[in-house]
Amino acid sequence: MDYLTILQILDSTVRLATPLLLTCLAGLFSERAGIVDIGLEGKLLAAAFMSGAVAYVTGSIWLGLLAGVAASLAFSMLHGLASITFKGDQLISGVALNFLAAGLTVVIGQSWFALGGRTPSLSGNGRFGEWNLPFSDAWSKIPVFGPTYNELISGHTALTYIAILAVPVSWWVLYRTRFGLRLRAVGENPSAVDTAGVSVVRLRYLALVIAGVLCGLAGTYLASLAAGFVKDMSAGRGYIALAALIFAKWRPWYALSATLLFGLLEAIGNRYQSIAIGDFVIPVQFMQALPYILTVVILAGFIGKAIPPRAGGTPYVKER
Amino acid sequence: MVSTTSQGRQTPAAPPASEPLAIELRGISKAFGPVQANKDINISVHKGSIHGIIGENGAGKSTLMSILYGFYKADSGTILINGKEVHITDSQAAISAGIGMVFQHFKLIENFTVLENVVLGAEDGRLLRPSLAKARKLLKKLSDEYELSVDPDALIEDLSVGHQQRVEILKALYRQADILILDEPTGVLTPAEADHLFRILQGLKEQGKTIILITHKLREIMDVTDSVSVMRRGEMTDTVKTAETSPEELAELMVGRKVLLEVNKAPATPGAPVLEVENLTVVDSHGVTRVKGIDLHVRAGEILGIAGVAGNGQTELLEVLGGYQNGTGTIRLKGEELDLTGSASDGQSRRARGIAHVPEDRHDEGLILEFSAWENIIFGYHHDPEYQKNALIMDNAKIKKIAREKMERFDTRPLNEKLEAKSFSGGNQQKIVLAREIERNPDLLLIGQPTRGVDIGAIEFIHEQIVALRDQGKAILLVSVELDEILSLSDRIAVMFDGNIMGERLPSETDERELGMLMAGINTGADAAQTGGA
Repeated sequence: MDYLTILQILDSTVRLATPLLLTCLAGLFSERAGIVDIGLEGKLLAAAFMSGAVAYVTGSIWLGLLAGVAASLAFSMLHGLASITFKGDQLISGVALNFLAAGLTVVIGQSWFALGGRTPSLSGNGRFGEWNLPFSDAWSKIPVFGPTYNELISGHTALTYIAILAVPVSWWVLYRTRFGLRLRAVGENPSAVDTAGVSVVRLRYLALVIAGVLCGLAGTYLASLAAGFVKDMSAGRGYIALAALIFAKWRPWYALSATLLFGLLEAIGNRYQSIAIGDFVIPVQFMQALPYILTVVILAGFIGKAIPPRAGGTPYVKER
Repeated sequence: MVSTTSQGRQTPAAPPASEPLAIELRGISKAFGPVQANKDINISVHKGSIHGIIGENGAGKSTLMSILYGFYKADSGTILINGKEVHITDSQAAISAGIGMVFQHFKLIENFTVLENVVLGAEDGRLLRPSLAKARKLLKKLSDEYELSVDPDALIEDLSVGHQQRVEILKALYRQADILILDEPTGVLTPAEADHLFRILQGLKEQGKTIILITHKLREIMDVTDSVSVMRRGEMTDTVKTAETSPEELAELMVGRKVLLEVNKAPATPGAPVLEVENLTVVDSHGVTRVKGIDLHVRAGEILGIAGVAGNGQTELLEVLGGYQNGTGTIRLKGEELDLTGSASDGQSRRARGIAHVPEDRHDEGLILEFSAWENIIFGYHHDPEYQKNALIMDNAKIKKIAREKMERFDTRPLNEKLEAKSFSGGNQQKIVLAREIERNPDLLLIGQPTRGVDIGAIEFIHEQIVALRDQGKAILLVSVELDEILSLSDRIAVMFDGNIMGERLPSETDERELGMLMAGINTGADAAQTGGA
């Protein structure tokens, strides 16, 4: 395996990790506020569809992005309405979002474009362009550093850079601001927040707004990468992001490492469709299933003790 | 004519101007559906005083304080703080009005530091660092001023309960509370910690803070308050100066009839040992050793009281004896060894051997709250032939009849065996459990926290039943965190601390102070050398 192959795998890792990272951070904000967000998958899908549709109609992925974020936000607020305002079960309303998204995207897609639920292919400004960082061409001749800079660091879409930037920003917000303190507190013991005179409802809705926006970015990224929306294109990424979130113990920097690991597994699975060990050929299905298998293995035993936010999963009801 | 009617319902006369009122509640009423939780409550609390509110469970104390802290809106009535009418719509409004509340169950974030808990909700500005730095300085000042020392960087989960309570008080002071409300503050404290708390409260009072102490413990009211209001069934029955009243009078005001505070019992005439425990060790599911090789015995016709702050191994001791926790060591009942593992070590086999168990946690272990009283009254004994109609079905009609008789003998109200267990008050729930366990005529009764959450009237009855069982020659192992209860019921007292028995005393030869020291792990008695090393 030469250096360039490694670089290509790593480059593809970053591409594949981007939507996972954004979704994982979305989950981080809502779960830190005490809302179990199993509906990430649905928000992702809704955002991918709306962004794909609007980007095709307007020819601009940036307008698509707006629409994607709006769709994801609408789903997030629906979740909030059910689980915060009406104190319903967070898991059930989250799962309902996933079903809703899976069904609605296809039905609406068929009625708008009559392509069996897909949106027409995106091209040109309908997709995110790659950002070539300064000097990427000029420096590409420098050994080791040149290709690394050119292949790995430069040449991603705006959303990838936003996603990576979102990690330190999330950390800073959580641990260095008043809002972050309150957000973490509301996921641990909402009644303490309430008696301190801070609105639990408002904080939880704000967390869901942030989650909605981040999921919107992730969904749009998927639509742009695949040049259009396809039925069920989120392919379980919402759930993998949740797994990564547990793996990351609900912390931003760990979330970056966790999603990069999952991205790497997926990249390896994609590149080495079949590996021969002597006479035995590992089937392609196994390689493709590898990220999912490893998800199970990692969650089952390799992360040590991951303590979720203590108030997660329970609607806040004032006690008598 | 007008003057005579107005005189009939007069609110307390306005105090002299030199003594302004910190809090004045006028005609507060609150109903939850058909239940009138508070009925026309009037209270006046003078600035710089400690005012007690005493009443049984469900008397409406907590509802009243929840109204004062903005959790509920009163149906009618007005609240005046420092002579000005205020509308307390939420906790934020209460805090702004200068009210701080220390809840019975602390409102702290376990994995946050002390400092973070103190500033939460009262930060200056959007960034944390300046707030934390400012709070650190102020906290140090407050700590020095009021004996409230805590490490600002410690995580709450690493602090003792007493220290956690200090954090709650600091939170209130940090928000510049002038009025501090404490709801059952000593329930979880050792006597020494409670004394420390009362010193803190005295210090706060001297600085001009007003303190409201809600409790059901008469002794605390007598010790620390200046005046006291008594509540019964949602009404304020009386407000008196503490110096001018007595525990007996307060108890009578609470219950509405004369109450026997002392337990009447003849000296014990113990017989042969019924329960012998040797070198019992219990390791819990987290791998923590909860009981560290203790020895004890209970003889027929005596009550052995186990004192101790909750969480020092008493619960595990009861659980092993009751058959639902694993332990190692030897347990003998009337000379015969009991299995500590295997199929004969469950609760049912223990009951079959004559060990009855009234568990500490009535709601989780003593009863199934959603089941009716008649079902609850046979649990654990439901395989008894007398309850079966034939090999397949139970004789429900007969069970209901038996249940009703038992409930009647234990004065359970309402006397309705078909009612769900959760519809009974704490005291009556406990009577159902007691009826089940005592009526089987056991050789040994294990009883944990017999009067937790039980009102004074029922406490009297339950204590009488326990003593009556002793007088029939049964052995009783009593575990309680209430020292008063241990002292008045026990014939011998063993104090547990950190999984060990710190010492054994006779009630006639000890006092609360000495027991309190033992509960804190300090043994100054003659047996210090033996137990100190254990």
